[in-house]
Amino acid sequence: MMPISQRQVEIRAVLKTVDDPELPNVSVADLGMVHEVFVNEGAVSITMIPTFAGCPALDFIKKNVKTAVEEMAWVESCEVHFSFEEKWSTDAITGEGKRQLKKHGIAPPPENYRPGEEWTVDCPYCGSDYTSMENVFGPTACRSILYCTSCRNPFEAMKPVVDYVIN
Amino acid sequence: MERGEEIMMDVKSAEEAKQDVAYSTALKELIFQLADDDFLISFRGSEWLGLAPHIEEDVAFSSITQNTMGHAFMFYQLLEDLGEGEIDVLAHERHSDMRRNGIYLEKRNGDGNYLDEPYYDWALTVVRNFLYETFKKVKLEAVTKSSYKPLANIAGKVLMEQPYHLAHWKIWMKQLLNSTEEARERIEARLNEAWEEFGDVLEYGSKATEMEHFGLIMGEDELKERWLNEVSKTIENLPSGSLGKKYGSGREGEHTEDLDQALATLSEVYMSDKEAIW
Repeated sequence: MMPISQRQVEIRAVLKTVDDPELPNVSVADLGMVHEVFVNEGAVSITMIPTFAGCPALDFIKKNVKTAVEEMAWVESCEVHFSFEEKWSTDAITGEGKRQLKKHGIAPPPENYRPGEEWTVDCPYCGSDYTSMENVFGPTACRSILYCTSCRNPFEAMKPVVDYVIN
Repeated sequence: MERGEEIMMDVKSAEEAKQDVAYSTALKELIFQLADDDFLISFRGSEWLGLAPHIEEDVAFSSITQNTMGHAFMFYQLLEDLGEGEIDVLAHERHSDMRRNGIYLEKRNGDGNYLDEPYYDWALTVVRNFLYETFKKVKLEAVTKSSYKPLANIAGKVLMEQPYHLAHWKIWMKQLLNSTEEARERIEARLNEAWEEFGDVLEYGSKATEMEHFGLIMGEDELKERWLNEVSKTIENLPSGSLGKKYGSGREGEHTEDLDQALATLSEVYMSDKEAIW
């Protein structure tokens, strides 16, 4: 692997400021959507990993990333494309991403999830594990709706999505 | 070509696929089926918006529908890359005899229409979506081993999301079968109907031999067997007799008036201004 140049570090830092349009204050970098950053003089090429296939925010994300990177003084152009060679999973969300999600009343996905299994998460407000699943489907493809019986708040959680193993 | 002859190859890009006309023809046929199946079933799903049995079901079903439309989009994207034209044109402008979806998937949700007295049938929707999502699982699992890597990658991606869809319809199916007498009878009537119509969904059409030969997907018979096996895990008493193709084969471009109705409705806005930017 090539050493990461100063310019790549600068771009990665900018990507920490581009938020998911449907998850305020959670950056696309912290969601684990940035795969590779290539720099060739002033030309930048970024490969991103889409979250859910049916997510209508992908086009906005692409545009927002391009705009943010092209605002950097030394960048002449920035190409952004989504690749399906790498698969996004909720395990790619960073610690910072998880903290920001909680701030907005969205529980981070459960860890060590196995496809098809039922899952549960703690309440993002009070931390209680006395929660129940209201609807595994939520307002966006990536979220579910739950209820905390302890503090009596409805809340959302990132739906776990992990690599699929064929039996 | 001889039966049983295995051609091991790995095709990594659209450019590479296009070098071999026989290969790319079979490949495109397979992708059209995947794209059109997802497109039509998600259109029929979208017609339920605001009409589902209860509010949480409305949220769930519309989420599944939106995501399934996203899957259709990815398959149309693969076709665009293979030189078949733009995604919007592929979705909206192809005449019904160019469509490759199984006929059962275009079937109307019931009597009436969305805007005026929609007497839709939930039993049909549960049966159709359960049978289809089970089929989608086994077909995509087979496609993850496809010689065409861009397609195999997409299948793997879709399979990470699709278990949620299948699980949802499995729960409906089990609960209604174990519910009241009326619920069970309604489901069974729709199952018997499906048995007369689902046959072509399980077929590959005129390029079946080539698809298998080029390592694009496993053989038709094996896929069908896997589907039956999966379906019987949830439904104890499956209708007897073999699966029929009451209205012909959508894989061969045969379709019913229901598809024309679906296409006219779904493309109405697009056709009103093809140059509009959304």
